[in-house]
Amino acid sequence: MRKQFSDAMVARAATKRLVFMTNDLGFMALEPLQAALGEYFINAGVAEQNTMSVAAAVARQGIEVWTYNIAPFCYARPFEQIRNDIAFHGLPVKLVGNGGGYGYGVQGPTHHAIEDYGVLLALPNMSAFVPVFDEDLAAVISRMGQAAGPAYLRLGRGEAPTGWAVPEYAPWRQLLSGEGKTVIAVGPLAGSYLGVLQELPDAVRPNLWAVAELPLEKHPLPEALMAQILSGAGLCVAEEHVARGGFGAELALHLAERGLSAGPFTHLCARKHLYDAYGSQDFLRRRSGIAADNLLAWVSASRIV
Amino acid sequence: MRLCDEELKNARKRLLQMHFESGVGHIGGNLSALDAMMLLHHEYLHTDKEPFILSKGHAAGALYVSLWSKGLLSDEDLKQFHREETRLPAHPPAFGVPGVLFATGSLGHGLSLAAGTALAKRLNADGGHVYCMTSDGEWQEGSTWEALIFLCHQQLTNLTILVDHNRLQGFGSTDAVASMNPLADKLRGFAIAIHSVDGHDPAAIRAALDAPATQPKLVILHTVKGHGVSFMENQMAWHYLPLNEAQYKQALNEVEAAGS
Repeated sequence: MRKQFSDAMVARAATKRLVFMTNDLGFMALEPLQAALGEYFINAGVAEQNTMSVAAAVARQGIEVWTYNIAPFCYARPFEQIRNDIAFHGLPVKLVGNGGGYGYGVQGPTHHAIEDYGVLLALPNMSAFVPVFDEDLAAVISRMGQAAGPAYLRLGRGEAPTGWAVPEYAPWRQLLSGEGKTVIAVGPLAGSYLGVLQELPDAVRPNLWAVAELPLEKHPLPEALMAQILSGAGLCVAEEHVARGGFGAELALHLAERGLSAGPFTHLCARKHLYDAYGSQDFLRRRSGIAADNLLAWVSASRIV
Repeated sequence: MRLCDEELKNARKRLLQMHFESGVGHIGGNLSALDAMMLLHHEYLHTDKEPFILSKGHAAGALYVSLWSKGLLSDEDLKQFHREETRLPAHPPAFGVPGVLFATGSLGHGLSLAAGTALAKRLNADGGHVYCMTSDGEWQEGSTWEALIFLCHQQLTNLTILVDHNRLQGFGSTDAVASMNPLADKLRGFAIAIHSVDGHDPAAIRAALDAPATQPKLVILHTVKGHGVSFMENQMAWHYLPLNEAQYKQALNEVEAAGS
Protein backbone atom coordinates (compact mmCIF):
# COMPACT_ATOMS: atom_id res chain seq x y z
CA MET A 1 0.00 0.00 0.00
CA ARG A 2 3.02 2.30 0.22
CA LYS A 3 2.81 3.33 -3.43
CA GLN A 4 -0.91 3.98 -3.19
CA PHE A 5 -0.32 5.88 0.01
CA SER A 6 2.35 8.01 -1.61
CA ASP A 7 0.15 8.66 -4.65
CA ALA A 8 -2.75 9.69 -2.43
CA MET A 9 -0.53 12.00 -0.41
CA VAL A 10 0.87 13.62 -3.54
CA ALA A 11 -2.68 14.25 -4.66
CA ARG A 12 -3.60 15.70 -1.29
CA ALA A 13 -0.50 17.89 -1.24
CA ALA A 14 -1.63 19.43 -4.52
CA THR A 15 -4.70 20.90 -2.86
CA LYS A 16 -3.78 21.19 0.79
CA ARG A 17 -0.87 22.78 2.62
CA LEU A 18 0.58 20.05 4.79
CA VAL A 19 3.74 19.05 6.60
CA PHE A 20 4.95 15.48 6.21
CA MET A 21 7.48 14.18 8.73
CA THR A 22 9.25 10.89 8.23
CA ASN A 23 11.63 9.23 10.62
CA ASP A 24 14.19 8.50 7.94
CA LEU A 25 11.98 6.07 6.04
CA GLY A 26 10.34 6.06 2.64
CA PHE A 27 13.09 4.93 0.27
CA MET A 28 11.65 3.84 -3.07
CA ALA A 29 8.20 5.04 -2.09
CA LEU A 30 8.03 8.59 -0.81
CA GLU A 31 10.36 10.32 -3.25
CA PRO A 32 7.47 11.75 -5.30
CA LEU A 33 5.93 13.16 -2.17
CA GLN A 34 9.26 14.61 -1.11
CA ALA A 35 9.56 16.31 -4.46
CA ALA A 36 6.00 17.62 -4.28
CA LEU A 37 6.28 19.04 -0.77
CA GLY A 38 9.68 20.69 -0.83
CA GLU A 39 10.42 22.28 2.55
CA TYR A 40 7.17 20.86 3.90
CA PHE A 41 8.65 17.36 3.64
CA ILE A 42 10.83 16.89 6.69
CA ASN A 43 13.07 13.94 7.34
CA ALA A 44 13.19 14.34 11.11
CA GLY A 45 15.81 11.65 11.46
CA VAL A 46 15.82 8.75 13.86
CA ALA A 47 14.06 10.66 16.58
CA GLU A 48 10.51 9.49 17.11
CA GLN A 49 9.83 11.32 20.36
CA ASN A 50 10.84 14.68 18.99
CA THR A 51 8.85 14.07 15.83
CA MET A 52 5.59 13.55 17.66
CA SER A 53 5.96 16.65 19.79
CA VAL A 54 7.02 18.75 16.82
CA ALA A 55 4.03 17.43 14.91
CA ALA A 56 1.74 18.37 17.80
CA ALA A 57 3.08 21.90 17.79
CA VAL A 58 2.82 22.24 14.02
CA ALA A 59 -0.80 21.13 14.22
CA ARG A 60 -1.37 23.57 17.08
CA GLN A 61 -0.28 26.34 14.73
CA GLY A 62 -2.95 25.30 12.25
CA ILE A 63 -0.97 23.29 9.69
CA GLU A 64 -2.06 19.79 8.71
CA VAL A 65 0.68 17.35 9.66
CA TRP A 66 1.39 13.72 8.91
CA THR A 67 4.06 11.52 10.46
CA TYR A 68 5.42 8.36 8.88
CA ASN A 69 7.35 5.43 10.25
CA ILE A 70 7.48 1.65 10.43
CA ALA A 71 4.36 0.81 12.39
CA PRO A 72 5.89 -0.24 15.74
CA PHE A 73 8.24 2.74 15.80
CA CYS A 74 5.33 5.05 15.17
CA TYR A 75 3.61 4.48 18.50
CA ALA A 76 5.70 2.44 20.93
CA ARG A 77 8.74 4.65 21.53
CA PRO A 78 6.90 7.98 21.38
CA PHE A 79 3.71 6.88 23.13
CA GLU A 80 3.97 9.54 25.81
CA GLN A 81 4.44 12.24 23.21
CA ILE A 82 1.37 10.99 21.34
CA ARG A 83 -0.58 10.85 24.60
CA ASN A 84 0.48 14.10 26.22
CA ASP A 85 1.22 16.38 23.31
CA ILE A 86 -1.18 15.19 20.63
CA ALA A 87 -4.13 13.40 22.22
CA PHE A 88 -4.46 15.47 25.39
CA HIS A 89 -4.74 18.54 23.20
CA GLY A 90 -7.08 16.95 20.68
CA LEU A 91 -4.73 17.80 17.85
CA PRO A 92 -5.47 16.29 14.43
CA VAL A 93 -2.03 14.82 13.82
CA LYS A 94 -2.06 11.94 11.34
CA LEU A 95 0.14 9.02 12.39
CA VAL A 96 1.09 6.60 9.66
CA GLY A 97 2.59 3.22 10.47
CA ASN A 98 3.76 1.05 7.62
CA GLY A 99 3.68 -2.73 7.81
CA GLY A 100 1.22 -3.12 10.67
CA GLY A 101 0.56 -6.48 12.25
CA TYR A 102 3.16 -9.02 11.14
CA GLY A 103 3.87 -7.02 8.01
CA TYR A 104 7.61 -6.98 8.59
CA GLY A 105 7.58 -10.75 9.05
CA VAL A 106 11.04 -12.22 9.33
CA GLN A 107 12.53 -8.85 10.32
CA GLY A 108 11.70 -10.00 13.84
CA PRO A 109 9.54 -9.03 16.80
CA THR A 110 10.89 -5.50 17.16
CA HIS A 111 9.30 -4.75 13.80
CA HIS A 112 5.89 -6.27 14.50
CA ALA A 113 2.96 -4.09 15.43
CA ILE A 114 0.29 -6.37 16.84
CA GLU A 115 -0.93 -4.10 19.64
CA ASP A 116 -0.87 -0.83 17.71
CA TYR A 117 -4.47 0.26 17.34
CA GLY A 118 -5.39 -1.19 20.72
CA VAL A 119 -2.78 0.95 22.41
CA LEU A 120 -3.61 4.06 20.45
CA LEU A 121 -7.37 3.75 20.70
CA ALA A 122 -6.99 3.91 24.47
CA LEU A 123 -6.25 7.61 23.95
CA PRO A 124 -8.97 10.25 23.86
CA ASN A 125 -10.70 10.79 20.53
CA MET A 126 -8.22 8.68 18.57
CA SER A 127 -9.33 7.10 15.30
CA ALA A 128 -7.69 4.16 13.56
CA PHE A 129 -7.78 3.39 9.86
CA VAL A 130 -6.91 -0.11 8.66
CA PRO A 131 -7.48 -0.10 4.90
CA VAL A 132 -8.36 -3.46 3.41
CA PHE A 133 -7.34 -3.01 -0.23
CA ASP A 134 -4.77 -0.95 -2.09
CA GLU A 135 -7.66 0.78 -3.80
CA ASP A 136 -8.87 2.10 -0.43
CA LEU A 137 -6.01 4.49 0.06
CA ALA A 138 -7.34 7.50 -1.80
CA ALA A 139 -10.56 7.50 0.20
CA VAL A 140 -8.80 6.70 3.45
CA ILE A 141 -6.34 9.57 3.07
CA SER A 142 -9.18 11.93 2.32
CA ARG A 143 -11.20 10.80 5.34
CA MET A 144 -8.18 10.79 7.61
CA GLY A 145 -7.25 14.24 6.45
CA GLN A 146 -10.63 15.48 7.58
CA ALA A 147 -10.50 13.79 10.98
CA ALA A 148 -11.00 16.36 13.71
CA GLY A 149 -8.83 14.54 16.22
CA PRO A 150 -5.69 12.41 16.09
CA ALA A 151 -5.74 9.46 13.74
CA TYR A 152 -3.62 6.41 13.10
CA LEU A 153 -3.22 4.67 9.76
CA ARG A 154 -2.03 1.08 9.73
CA LEU A 155 -0.67 0.36 6.29
CA GLY A 156 -0.49 -3.24 5.18
CA ARG A 157 -0.66 -4.83 1.75
CA GLY A 158 -3.76 -5.32 -0.31
CA GLU A 159 -4.52 -9.02 -0.54
CA ALA A 160 -7.51 -9.23 -2.83
CA PRO A 161 -7.43 -12.17 -5.25
CA THR A 162 -6.48 -11.33 -8.81
CA GLY A 163 -9.49 -10.06 -10.68
CA TRP A 164 -11.54 -9.42 -7.56
CA ALA A 165 -13.71 -6.37 -8.01
CA VAL A 166 -12.89 -4.23 -5.01
CA PRO A 167 -16.03 -2.54 -3.70
CA GLU A 168 -16.10 1.19 -3.12
CA TYR A 169 -14.50 2.16 0.15
CA ALA A 170 -16.59 2.28 3.30
CA PRO A 171 -15.68 1.72 6.96
CA TRP A 172 -17.86 -1.40 6.86
CA ARG A 173 -18.20 -3.57 3.76
CA GLN A 174 -19.77 -6.94 3.25
CA LEU A 175 -17.37 -8.73 0.91
CA LEU A 176 -19.13 -12.10 0.67
CA SER A 177 -22.64 -13.31 1.33
CA GLY A 178 -23.71 -16.78 2.27
CA GLU A 179 -26.03 -18.77 4.42
CA GLY A 180 -23.43 -19.79 6.96
CA LYS A 181 -21.84 -18.02 9.87
CA THR A 182 -20.52 -14.50 10.08
CA VAL A 183 -16.91 -13.39 9.88
CA ILE A 184 -15.65 -9.90 10.64
CA ALA A 185 -12.04 -9.29 9.66
CA VAL A 186 -10.06 -6.17 10.39
CA GLY A 187 -8.15 -4.66 7.48
CA PRO A 188 -6.19 -6.63 4.85
CA LEU A 189 -6.84 -9.93 6.60
CA ALA A 190 -10.33 -9.76 5.09
CA GLY A 191 -8.83 -9.73 1.61
CA SER A 192 -6.69 -12.73 2.44
CA TYR A 193 -9.81 -14.76 3.21
CA LEU A 194 -11.61 -14.05 -0.04
CA GLY A 195 -9.85 -16.69 -2.07
CA VAL A 196 -10.82 -19.65 0.10
CA LEU A 197 -14.25 -18.47 1.17
CA GLN A 198 -15.63 -17.46 -2.19
CA GLU A 199 -15.26 -21.00 -3.50
CA LEU A 200 -17.52 -22.44 -0.81
CA PRO A 201 -21.11 -23.34 -1.61
CA ASP A 202 -23.78 -20.88 -0.52
CA ALA A 203 -24.98 -23.12 2.27
CA VAL A 204 -21.73 -22.96 4.18
CA ARG A 205 -20.13 -19.76 2.92
CA PRO A 206 -19.98 -17.27 5.74
CA ASN A 207 -20.96 -13.67 5.45
CA LEU A 208 -17.60 -11.95 5.32
CA TRP A 209 -17.36 -8.37 6.53
CA ALA A 210 -14.36 -6.10 6.47
CA VAL A 211 -13.99 -3.27 8.93
CA ALA A 212 -11.48 -0.54 8.10
CA GLU A 213 -12.10 2.14 10.72
CA LEU A 214 -12.11 1.92 14.49
CA PRO A 215 -13.29 2.37 17.17
CA LEU A 216 -16.72 0.81 16.96
CA GLU A 217 -18.38 3.76 18.70
CA LYS A 218 -17.54 5.97 15.72
CA HIS A 219 -18.64 3.41 13.15
CA PRO A 220 -21.61 1.42 14.46
CA LEU A 221 -22.39 -2.03 13.16
CA PRO A 222 -24.48 -1.98 9.97
CA GLU A 223 -28.01 -3.24 10.47
CA ALA A 224 -27.49 -6.19 8.14
CA LEU A 225 -24.42 -7.27 10.06
CA MET A 226 -26.18 -6.92 13.38
CA ALA A 227 -29.00 -9.11 12.11
CA GLN A 228 -26.50 -11.76 11.05
CA ILE A 229 -24.75 -11.60 14.41
CA LEU A 230 -27.99 -11.92 16.33
CA SER A 231 -29.04 -14.94 14.28
CA GLY A 232 -26.80 -16.85 16.65
CA ALA A 233 -25.35 -18.95 13.86
CA GLY A 234 -21.83 -18.16 15.01
CA LEU A 235 -19.49 -15.23 14.82
CA CYS A 236 -15.77 -15.07 14.21
CA VAL A 237 -13.73 -11.92 14.58
CA ALA A 238 -10.32 -12.12 12.92
CA GLU A 239 -7.57 -9.57 13.35
CA GLU A 240 -3.81 -9.35 13.16
CA HIS A 241 -3.72 -7.83 16.62
CA VAL A 242 -3.45 -9.23 20.11
CA ALA A 243 -6.68 -10.04 21.92
CA ARG A 244 -6.28 -7.39 24.58
CA GLY A 245 -7.32 -4.06 23.15
CA GLY A 246 -8.37 -5.64 19.88
CA PHE A 247 -11.58 -5.29 17.94
CA GLY A 248 -12.86 -8.66 19.12
CA ALA A 249 -12.82 -7.51 22.72
CA GLU A 250 -14.45 -4.24 21.80
CA LEU A 251 -17.24 -5.97 19.92
CA ALA A 252 -17.83 -8.51 22.68
CA LEU A 253 -18.15 -5.71 25.22
CA HIS A 254 -20.41 -3.76 22.90
CA LEU A 255 -22.78 -6.69 22.61
CA ALA A 256 -22.62 -7.62 26.29
CA GLU A 257 -23.42 -4.08 27.43
CA ARG A 258 -26.58 -4.23 25.34
CA GLY A 259 -27.62 -7.64 26.55
CA LEU A 260 -27.11 -9.08 23.07
CA SER A 261 -25.73 -12.49 22.26
CA ALA A 262 -23.88 -13.49 19.14
CA GLY A 263 -24.09 -17.15 19.99
CA PRO A 264 -20.81 -19.04 19.54
CA PHE A 265 -18.05 -16.43 19.42
CA THR A 266 -14.57 -17.12 18.11
CA HIS A 267 -11.68 -14.72 18.14
CA LEU A 268 -8.81 -15.34 15.76
CA CYS A 269 -6.04 -12.97 16.76
CA ALA A 270 -2.30 -12.46 16.86
CA ARG A 271 -0.97 -14.65 19.61
CA LYS A 272 2.38 -13.24 20.58
CA HIS A 273 5.64 -11.55 19.82
CA LEU A 274 7.72 -14.27 21.38
CA TYR A 275 7.75 -17.06 18.87
CA ASP A 276 10.49 -19.66 18.86
CA ALA A 277 10.80 -19.32 15.10
CA TYR A 278 10.24 -16.47 12.71
CA GLY A 279 9.23 -16.17 9.12
CA SER A 280 7.10 -14.28 6.68
CA GLN A 281 3.85 -12.55 7.51
CA ASP A 282 2.01 -15.59 6.22
CA PHE A 283 4.13 -17.88 8.40
CA LEU A 284 3.39 -15.80 11.48
CA ARG A 285 -0.30 -15.66 10.65
CA ARG A 286 -0.38 -19.45 10.52
CA ARG A 287 1.46 -19.62 13.83
CA SER A 288 -1.20 -17.36 15.29
CA GLY A 289 -4.02 -19.30 13.71
CA ILE A 290 -5.35 -16.37 11.74
CA ALA A 291 -4.37 -17.45 8.22
CA ALA A 292 -6.98 -18.28 5.58
CA ASP A 293 -6.62 -22.01 6.22
CA ASN A 294 -7.29 -21.46 9.90
CA LEU A 295 -10.46 -19.59 9.12
CA LEU A 296 -11.51 -22.28 6.72
CA ALA A 297 -11.04 -24.85 9.47
CA TRP A 298 -13.29 -22.78 11.73
CA VAL A 299 -15.93 -22.62 9.01
CA SER A 300 -15.76 -26.39 8.56
CA ALA A 301 -15.83 -27.08 12.27
CA SER A 302 -18.82 -24.89 12.77
CA ARG A 303 -20.60 -26.84 10.03
CA ILE A 304 -20.14 -30.04 11.96
CA VAL A 305 -21.26 -28.46 15.19
CA MET B 1 7.58 48.75 29.86
CA ARG B 2 10.59 47.49 31.71
CA LEU B 3 10.08 45.09 34.56
CA CYS B 4 10.70 46.96 37.82
CA ASP B 5 12.03 45.73 41.14
CA GLU B 6 8.71 46.25 42.85
CA GLU B 7 6.93 44.00 40.37
CA LEU B 8 9.49 41.26 40.94
CA LYS B 9 9.18 41.58 44.70
CA ASN B 10 5.38 41.46 44.53
CA ALA B 11 5.54 38.41 42.33
CA ARG B 12 7.82 36.63 44.75
CA LYS B 13 5.51 37.43 47.63
CA ARG B 14 2.45 36.38 45.66
CA LEU B 15 4.13 33.10 44.74
CA LEU B 16 4.84 32.38 48.39
CA GLN B 17 1.28 33.29 49.35
CA MET B 18 -0.19 31.05 46.67
CA HIS B 19 1.89 28.08 47.69
CA PHE B 20 1.26 28.68 51.39
CA GLU B 21 -2.50 28.97 50.94
CA SER B 22 -2.68 25.86 48.80
CA GLY B 23 -0.27 23.94 51.02
CA VAL B 24 1.86 22.61 48.19
CA GLY B 25 5.54 22.44 47.46
CA HIS B 26 7.73 22.81 44.39
CA ILE B 27 8.54 26.25 45.74
CA GLY B 28 12.29 26.07 45.28
CA GLY B 29 12.22 25.48 41.54
CA ASN B 30 9.56 28.15 41.13
CA LEU B 31 11.68 30.74 42.90
CA SER B 32 14.68 29.89 40.74
CA ALA B 33 12.66 30.35 37.56
CA LEU B 34 10.48 33.29 38.55
CA ASP B 35 12.77 36.19 37.66
CA ALA B 36 13.33 35.07 34.09
CA MET B 37 9.69 34.21 33.60
CA MET B 38 8.64 37.60 34.90
CA LEU B 39 11.08 39.32 32.59
CA LEU B 40 9.79 37.35 29.61
CA HIS B 41 6.17 38.10 30.35
CA HIS B 42 6.70 41.78 31.00
CA GLU B 43 9.11 42.57 28.21
CA TYR B 44 9.11 39.88 25.53
CA LEU B 45 5.73 38.12 25.32
CA HIS B 46 3.37 40.72 24.00
CA THR B 47 1.05 38.86 21.68
CA ASP B 48 0.28 35.38 20.42
CA LYS B 49 3.27 35.87 18.14
CA GLU B 50 5.55 35.23 21.10
CA PRO B 51 4.59 31.87 22.57
CA PHE B 52 6.20 30.67 25.77
CA ILE B 53 6.46 26.97 26.54
CA LEU B 54 7.31 25.98 30.06
CA SER B 55 9.03 22.66 29.68
CA LYS B 56 9.75 22.46 33.42
CA GLY B 57 6.05 22.23 34.12
CA HIS B 58 6.61 21.93 37.86
CA ALA B 59 7.31 25.66 37.81
CA ALA B 60 3.68 26.32 36.92
CA GLY B 61 3.35 28.48 40.03
CA ALA B 62 5.88 30.95 38.67
CA LEU B 63 4.09 30.92 35.34
CA TYR B 64 0.70 31.59 36.92
CA VAL B 65 2.13 34.41 39.02
CA SER B 66 3.78 35.93 35.97
CA LEU B 67 0.43 35.85 34.18
CA TRP B 68 -1.17 37.38 37.28
CA SER B 69 1.46 40.10 37.28
CA LYS B 70 0.48 40.91 33.69
CA GLY B 71 -3.21 40.96 34.57
CA LEU B 72 -3.99 37.77 32.68
CA LEU B 73 -4.94 35.87 35.82
CA SER B 74 -6.73 37.32 38.83
CA ASP B 75 -6.21 36.98 42.56
CA GLU B 76 -9.32 34.85 42.55
CA ASP B 77 -7.74 32.58 39.97
CA LEU B 78 -4.60 32.15 42.04
CA LYS B 79 -6.65 31.25 45.10
CA GLN B 80 -7.84 28.23 43.17
CA PHE B 81 -4.30 26.96 42.56
CA HIS B 82 -4.06 23.24 43.23
CA ARG B 83 -7.66 23.05 44.60
CA GLU B 84 -10.55 20.86 43.60
CA GLU B 85 -12.15 21.96 40.32
CA THR B 86 -9.30 24.36 39.65
CA ARG B 87 -8.17 25.40 36.22
CA LEU B 88 -4.71 25.96 37.68
CA PRO B 89 -3.31 22.52 38.48
CA ALA B 90 0.20 21.95 39.75
CA HIS B 91 1.45 21.60 36.17
CA PRO B 92 0.20 23.70 33.26
CA PRO B 93 -3.01 22.35 31.73
CA ALA B 94 -3.88 21.85 28.07
CA PHE B 95 -6.70 24.37 28.02
CA GLY B 96 -8.08 27.34 29.86
CA VAL B 97 -5.05 29.39 30.87
CA PRO B 98 -4.15 32.36 28.68
CA GLY B 99 -0.84 31.96 26.93
CA VAL B 100 -0.46 28.30 27.81
CA LEU B 101 -0.26 26.33 24.57
CA PHE B 102 0.56 22.93 25.97
CA ALA B 103 0.11 20.85 29.06
CA THR B 104 3.58 20.11 30.37
CA GLY B 105 4.87 18.31 33.40
CA SER B 106 6.50 15.23 31.99
CA LEU B 107 10.01 16.44 31.40
CA GLY B 108 11.59 16.31 27.97
CA HIS B 109 8.60 17.43 25.92
CA GLY B 110 8.75 21.20 25.95
CA LEU B 111 11.77 21.77 23.78
CA SER B 112 10.28 19.69 20.96
CA LEU B 113 6.99 21.52 21.34
CA ALA B 114 8.83 24.82 21.12
CA ALA B 115 10.78 23.63 18.09
CA GLY B 116 7.59 22.59 16.36
CA THR B 117 5.99 25.91 17.17
CA ALA B 118 8.99 27.77 15.77
CA LEU B 119 9.01 25.61 12.65
CA ALA B 120 5.31 26.22 12.03
CA LYS B 121 5.71 29.95 12.58
CA ARG B 122 8.46 30.00 9.99
CA LEU B 123 6.33 28.04 7.53
CA ASN B 124 3.40 30.35 8.24
CA ALA B 125 5.67 33.38 7.88
CA ASP B 126 3.90 34.96 10.81
CA GLY B 127 6.96 36.37 12.54
CA GLY B 128 7.46 36.57 16.26
CA HIS B 129 9.70 34.52 18.46
CA VAL B 130 9.27 31.36 20.55
CA TYR B 131 10.63 31.02 24.08
CA CYS B 132 11.06 27.82 26.03
CA MET B 133 12.27 27.25 29.57
CA THR B 134 13.70 23.91 30.58
CA SER B 135 15.09 22.70 33.85
CA ASP B 136 18.68 21.52 34.07
CA GLY B 137 17.85 17.98 35.16
CA GLU B 138 15.66 17.78 32.08
CA TRP B 139 18.78 17.59 29.94
CA GLN B 140 19.10 14.02 31.13
CA GLU B 141 16.09 13.22 28.90
CA GLY B 142 17.09 11.86 25.51
CA SER B 143 14.16 13.60 23.89
CA THR B 144 15.60 16.97 24.88
CA TRP B 145 18.69 16.18 22.85
CA GLU B 146 16.53 14.97 19.97
CA ALA B 147 14.88 18.36 20.06
CA LEU B 148 18.21 20.18 20.18
CA ILE B 149 19.50 18.26 17.16
CA PHE B 150 16.31 19.06 15.28
CA LEU B 151 16.08 22.75 16.09
CA CYS B 152 19.74 23.29 15.23
CA HIS B 153 19.46 21.36 11.99
CA GLN B 154 16.35 23.30 11.06
CA GLN B 155 18.14 26.53 11.99
CA LEU B 156 15.22 27.75 14.03
CA THR B 157 16.56 31.21 14.72
CA ASN B 158 13.13 32.26 15.97
CA LEU B 159 13.60 30.16 19.09
CA THR B 160 15.28 30.94 22.39
CA ILE B 161 15.81 28.34 25.09
CA LEU B 162 16.30 29.28 28.71
CA VAL B 163 17.76 26.68 31.05
CA ASP B 164 16.98 27.14 34.72
CA HIS B 165 20.31 25.85 35.97
CA ASN B 166 19.68 25.68 39.71
CA ARG B 167 21.80 22.53 40.05
CA LEU B 168 19.31 20.62 42.17
CA GLN B 169 16.93 17.99 40.93
CA GLY B 170 14.46 15.54 42.43
CA PHE B 171 16.74 13.43 44.57
CA GLY B 172 20.14 15.02 44.54
CA SER B 173 22.24 17.63 42.85
CA THR B 174 22.64 17.50 39.09
CA ASP B 175 26.32 16.91 39.72
CA ALA B 176 25.66 13.94 41.95
CA VAL B 177 22.91 12.36 39.85
CA ALA B 178 24.19 12.63 36.29
CA SER B 179 26.66 15.42 35.92
CA MET B 180 26.87 17.35 32.70
CA ASN B 181 28.63 20.28 34.26
CA PRO B 182 29.67 22.49 32.75
CA LEU B 183 26.52 22.27 30.66
CA ALA B 184 27.68 24.92 28.23
CA ASP B 185 30.62 22.75 27.22
CA LYS B 186 28.29 19.89 26.36
CA LEU B 187 26.21 22.17 24.19
CA ARG B 188 28.97 24.02 22.45
CA GLY B 189 29.29 21.61 19.55
CA PHE B 190 25.81 22.44 18.36
CA ALA B 191 24.96 25.25 15.98
CA ILE B 192 23.48 27.33 18.73
CA ALA B 193 24.32 30.66 20.31
CA ILE B 194 25.04 30.06 23.99
CA HIS B 195 24.89 32.65 26.74
CA SER B 196 25.52 32.07 30.44
CA VAL B 197 24.11 34.66 32.80
CA ASP B 198 23.02 35.24 36.38
CA GLY B 199 19.42 34.08 36.25
CA HIS B 200 18.41 36.51 38.99
CA ASP B 201 19.79 39.57 37.25
CA PRO B 202 17.16 40.98 34.88
CA ALA B 203 19.69 43.20 33.15
CA ALA B 204 21.96 40.25 32.40
CA ILE B 205 19.08 38.13 31.15
CA ARG B 206 17.85 41.02 29.04
CA ALA B 207 21.27 41.49 27.50
CA ALA B 208 21.42 37.82 26.54
CA LEU B 209 17.93 37.84 25.09
CA ASP B 210 18.64 41.00 23.11
CA ALA B 211 22.00 39.88 21.77
CA PRO B 212 21.91 39.47 18.00
CA ALA B 213 22.09 35.85 16.88
CA THR B 214 22.19 34.07 13.57
CA GLN B 215 21.53 30.74 15.25
CA PRO B 216 18.95 29.48 17.72
CA LYS B 217 19.79 30.89 21.13
CA LEU B 218 20.26 29.11 24.45
CA VAL B 219 20.59 31.06 27.67
CA ILE B 220 21.89 29.21 30.70
CA LEU B 221 20.39 30.90 33.73
CA HIS B 222 22.59 30.33 36.73
CA THR B 223 19.99 30.35 39.45
CA VAL B 224 19.48 29.43 43.07
CA LYS B 225 16.80 27.03 44.07
CA GLY B 226 14.60 28.81 46.58
CA HIS B 227 16.10 32.16 45.62
CA GLY B 228 15.33 34.99 48.04
CA VAL B 229 14.40 32.86 51.03
CA SER B 230 17.40 31.99 53.18
CA PHE B 231 16.22 28.68 54.55
CA MET B 232 15.19 27.45 51.11
CA GLU B 233 18.20 28.45 49.09
CA ASN B 234 20.09 25.51 47.61
CA GLN B 235 18.07 23.06 49.67
CA MET B 236 16.74 20.07 47.76
CA ALA B 237 13.96 19.59 50.31
CA TRP B 238 12.23 22.68 48.92
CA HIS B 239 11.65 20.84 45.72
CA TYR B 240 8.86 19.22 47.71
CA LEU B 241 7.99 20.86 51.02
CA PRO B 242 5.03 23.13 51.68
CA LEU B 243 5.40 26.14 53.94
CA ASN B 244 4.08 26.22 57.48
CA GLU B 245 2.83 29.52 58.85
CA ALA B 246 6.04 30.47 60.64
CA GLN B 247 8.10 29.69 57.58
CA TYR B 248 5.73 31.63 55.39
CA LYS B 249 5.99 34.72 57.59
CA GLN B 250 9.74 34.50 57.70
CA ALA B 251 9.92 34.07 53.94
CA LEU B 252 7.68 37.08 53.36
CA ASN B 253 9.75 39.19 55.72
CA GLU B 254 12.94 38.25 53.94
CA VAL B 255 11.52 39.05 50.54
CA GLU B 256 10.12 42.31 51.82
CA ALA B 257 13.41 43.32 53.38
CA ALA B 258 15.47 42.43 50.34
CA GLY B 259 15.81 44.30 47.10
CA SER B 260 14.54 42.60 44.00
